Amino acid sequence: MAQQTHKTKEPLFHIAKRDAIVWWKAWGIRIAAILLALVVSGLVSFLLTGENPLRIYVTMLDGAFGTKRRIWGMLQNLAMLLCVSVAVTPAFKMRFWNIGAEGQVLVGGLASAACMILLGDKLPNALLLLVILAASVLAGALWALIPAVFRAKWMTNETLFTLMMNYIAIQLVSFFVYKWSVPKGSGQVGVINRATHAGWMPVIGKYDYLLNILIVAAITLFMYIYLKYSKHGYEIAVVGESENTARYIGIPVKKVIIRTMLISGAICGLAGMLLVSGTDHTISRDTAAGRGFTAIMVSWMAKFNPVFMVLTAFLIAFLEKGATEVSTAFGLNESFSDIITGIIIFFIIGCEFFIQYTVKFREKEAAK
Amino acid sequence: MIWAGFLQRAIMQGVPLLYGSTGEIITEKSGNLNLGIPGIMYVGGISGVIGAFLYEQHAASVHPLPAVLIPLLCSIAGSLLMGLIYSFLTVSLRANQNVTGLALTTFGVGFGNFFGGSLAKLAGSDVASISLSTTSGYFRTQLPFADKCGWFGQVFLSHSFLAYAAVIIAALTAFILSHTRIGLHLRAVGENPATADAAGISVGRYKYFATCTGSVIAGLGGLYYVMDYANGVWSNDGFGDRGWLAIALVIFAVWRPNISIFGSILFGGLYIVHNYIPGLDVSGQELFKMLPYAVTILLLVVISMRRKREAQPPAHLGMPYFREER
Repeated sequence: MAQQTHKTKEPLFHIAKRDAIVWWKAWGIRIAAILLALVVSGLVSFLLTGENPLRIYVTMLDGAFGTKRRIWGMLQNLAMLLCVSVAVTPAFKMRFWNIGAEGQVLVGGLASAACMILLGDKLPNALLLLVILAASVLAGALWALIPAVFRAKWMTNETLFTLMMNYIAIQLVSFFVYKWSVPKGSGQVGVINRATHAGWMPVIGKYDYLLNILIVAAITLFMYIYLKYSKHGYEIAVVGESENTARYIGIPVKKVIIRTMLISGAICGLAGMLLVSGTDHTISRDTAAGRGFTAIMVSWMAKFNPVFMVLTAFLIAFLEKGATEVSTAFGLNESFSDIITGIIIFFIIGCEFFIQYTVKFREKEAAK
Repeated sequence: MIWAGFLQRAIMQGVPLLYGSTGEIITEKSGNLNLGIPGIMYVGGISGVIGAFLYEQHAASVHPLPAVLIPLLCSIAGSLLMGLIYSFLTVSLRANQNVTGLALTTFGVGFGNFFGGSLAKLAGSDVASISLSTTSGYFRTQLPFADKCGWFGQVFLSHSFLAYAAVIIAALTAFILSHTRIGLHLRAVGENPATADAAGISVGRYKYFATCTGSVIAGLGGLYYVMDYANGVWSNDGFGDRGWLAIALVIFAVWRPNISIFGSILFGGLYIVHNYIPGLDVSGQELFKMLPYAVTILLLVVISMRRKREAQPPAHLGMPYFREER
């Protein structure tokens, strides 16, 4: 290759795959990317507001950690985002692009709200909570099952199918929100069972969100063990790598796809319950608040590892709270946080390239 | 003439969808599943608004030609930049397409709403909300003889130049995709990039080109929405879920822009049909808004069951292509 008879133009650089990268180097690249992203978003904030970027960061920290209330609020957001992220993870590991988490969370929430409204005064609270749990988990699982069956049997494109299911769910919720609205025709359900608290998840001590956070922590741990140490987890990994290999070694691919999506949907449904019965005590088409989509990015950034997901979900939850505080403090529109989140995710997505590949520049005497 | 009015509104609803789906079809034909289209359409809309707003604020007198050209160029520049971000991340940096697309949508919708909410304040102007009636008026210039042609004029001739441009672009795209060498190469890249590469087609260049062209076209849909449909008034989240509906339309049109011309009118009609059904309460209307999505799912299932070769998504849709990993 070095001895060529006629000279061919060698490109300025070429890209080679890294064999392996030591963990500190990989994390160094990631941290550098996040720092770079913070610098860029500081610059953007400066251009938009004319404020000192350092003051903006201080305001962000204050928004997320300023008071006890804010810390709890952020932890709650973190837990909810983490729950949905953990839910979509097994499907992604199988290379099943479940973009329908938003809808699965919503139907789970819808089922909870339905139980709270229809059975609120008919069942004792403990039994009611069990019914809510069963209903929301089943609803979420069903919403995931439909695209899974079609994908497994007829190879229907799951990305597009699950995407469409979101909007069916959103309209379904809108339909019921108008049906149940209080007062009639207002288009808002309001707090359900405000007086009786029927179907509200219990509160541990004085901490409104603690139970939610503990439940999500347990689910995260379960998912980590399930994916890493169980036979199911192994099957998911093989199907994700290559369906043909999986078939060859006798893994029932269709069954794995359907089973995994059931689990994914069930956890999404549970997230819906945590949101409706455990947090908001109401339902609207914004109950899932885009978490179904954000979760995909959170899960991917954590390389589908539920434990790392705590970190990536924290990053997003922190940015959202912090940037919201910036927008109130400097009188900007609250969508400011979406811009900052977008920029940071671009950098994190981009930096993975430098972890997997190296860029080799042309050497003086063209030797490849 | 209720139905003439309905048809006219359906076409107006359909135009942004047609732009979005034509853009997405070009992108998907190169194998890139760009889920950033909703965000790109927001950016296309708000970039035009920013351009028009600054021009209206600073120009001594507003002339028709720059009043149309400035927003148009701003919109194109904004969506081109979004397309470049997507292509750079997915093609050059080999990032996951779904994640990149969703991040682009988060960013784009945020960008649109942010500037929609803060533009007046940032520009130091004292107007309460952005209303670009002058610019919008120029955008909505109708054919002079539309009024004289009865219902035909109302349905087909009463639209603005961006609406006709949408149809022309879609038809042109359909022609290029199926009758030219560029189209053949593009389809080859989406179906089997390794083969295309072996045949000497520059896969990366085609993906970049298709994605950026697609973004610009989709962005025009956002511009049409603000300037024509919304009469130059930007309202946050006003564009709603039309971006996703455009992606649904791609499936409905089985990846053919000429079908999506009619599909867009149908989808536009389904989107507003609840206004024309007597005795429907608000909750019933919400159920009717489900229709376009339900129809899409049904179609998606049918085409996957029938396995007709011409009606399938590009074989490598959503999959990355790295020469050294094949």
